[in-house]
Amino acid sequence: MISIVDYGVGNLFSLSSSLKAIGADTIVTNDKQKILDSSAVILPGVGAFSDAKQKLQESGLFQVVIDEAKKGKKLLGICLGMQMLFEKSFEYGEFDGLGLIKGNIVPLEGKISPQLKIPHIGWNSLEFKNGKSPLFKYINNGDFVYFVHSYFATDCDENVIATSEYGIDVTASVQKDNIFGCQFHPEKSGDVGLNILKAFCEMGD
Amino acid sequence: MITKRIIPCLDVKNGRVVKGVQFEGLSDVSSPIELAKYYSNAGADELVFYDITASFEERKLFIDVLREVASQIFIPLTVGGGINTVEDFDRVLKCGADKVSVNSGAIRNPDLIKEAALKYGDQCVVLSCDIKRVNGEFRLFSKGGREDTGINAIEWIKKGVKNGAGEIVVNSIDTDGVKKGFDIEMLKAVCEVINVPVIASGGAGCSEDFVKLFNEIPTIDAGLAASIFHFGEVEIKDLKLLLKENKINVRL
Repeated sequence: MISIVDYGVGNLFSLSSSLKAIGADTIVTNDKQKILDSSAVILPGVGAFSDAKQKLQESGLFQVVIDEAKKGKKLLGICLGMQMLFEKSFEYGEFDGLGLIKGNIVPLEGKISPQLKIPHIGWNSLEFKNGKSPLFKYINNGDFVYFVHSYFATDCDENVIATSEYGIDVTASVQKDNIFGCQFHPEKSGDVGLNILKAFCEMGD
Repeated sequence: MITKRIIPCLDVKNGRVVKGVQFEGLSDVSSPIELAKYYSNAGADELVFYDITASFEERKLFIDVLREVASQIFIPLTVGGGINTVEDFDRVLKCGADKVSVNSGAIRNPDLIKEAALKYGDQCVVLSCDIKRVNGEFRLFSKGGREDTGINAIEWIKKGVKNGAGEIVVNSIDTDGVKKGFDIEMLKAVCEVINVPVIASGGAGCSEDFVKLFNEIPTIDAGLAASIFHFGEVEIKDLKLLLKENKINVRL
């Protein structure tokens, strides 16, 4: 069983549908026990960092996610869920994240050419880094995924498993041991995205 | 590198797609699910569903259709038509829409964009504009392009972006249905004043029109069309290959 953490941020319809489509046994939950009992955890998220962090704390699941990941349970953060894995975010202030992966979340603005639009929205290709992560078992270097974001992860080179070019090399995906993150939306990235989710779910079995 | 997007638009009435034609391998041309799957497999980068129903009962049917499409097709979905309140946003987002397109609803209530952007984020709010030249000015029209609002469209779009619209659809009434190509002049005028994605709509008659669009306006992000895709005049796969041949970056 794979838990999708439901902490009141964004709607999880597409994510849970996409996991159903690949035949994964999933549950959308905010129940601590269910998360403890599951074989892997997905942390979604949209919106602003501080708001999402607060909601995760209020749900009582902030520490649960940290503890489970540290115990070695497979964890996948998606979009803002990925950004939360890091030490710090500088979105509208300065906030501590879950601290599971070294690095910071900073605005694209000022880092990319002013001609480029923000948010970085649309389909962009992945360039694998640091070898080929097991998360990409079923996809190829250069495959396209769907992004929507204005902030991105930096100072995390050793854990970057894919980047996408948008003026600069933007962190697209990260991995530290059992902890994975995708800045893009695998649940909106067609077959490529489904294949990423499939690889993650299989690791959790 | 980020790619240019090709977006088919599907008009839905009574739970069925209107204006559909027969494609090979498509058993039911007016089934939103079948058609959405067909386009998704053909390489559509996004789908727009436009609710052209009026009654409450029909709207419920639209929601059912949307939910079913979103549970089977995993590319971005935009929903438009009958969006007048933040509750309307909520209604379609819960059923799997990723973005919501507002048009007349934003003209009636200019605060709608701001309210929705604050609640769901800029990326969720698409401002769709029907524009026509009147006395040498780009004028905003409402009610499906039937009524001149008297508002300058360029000013309207600038204000919309300031209020939080994350994408702009520019539909030229002057070129819509003419099939002689997109309204390059109008689109350029919009692209020059804003820095959020702009989606071109109205006028595409053949694949070459998309090549011309992306070549002449490098800052345009996407091309949207309905009938040329539905009637099979342009196959999305072939269109993308042609764009690639012309050094325009697309997802293949």
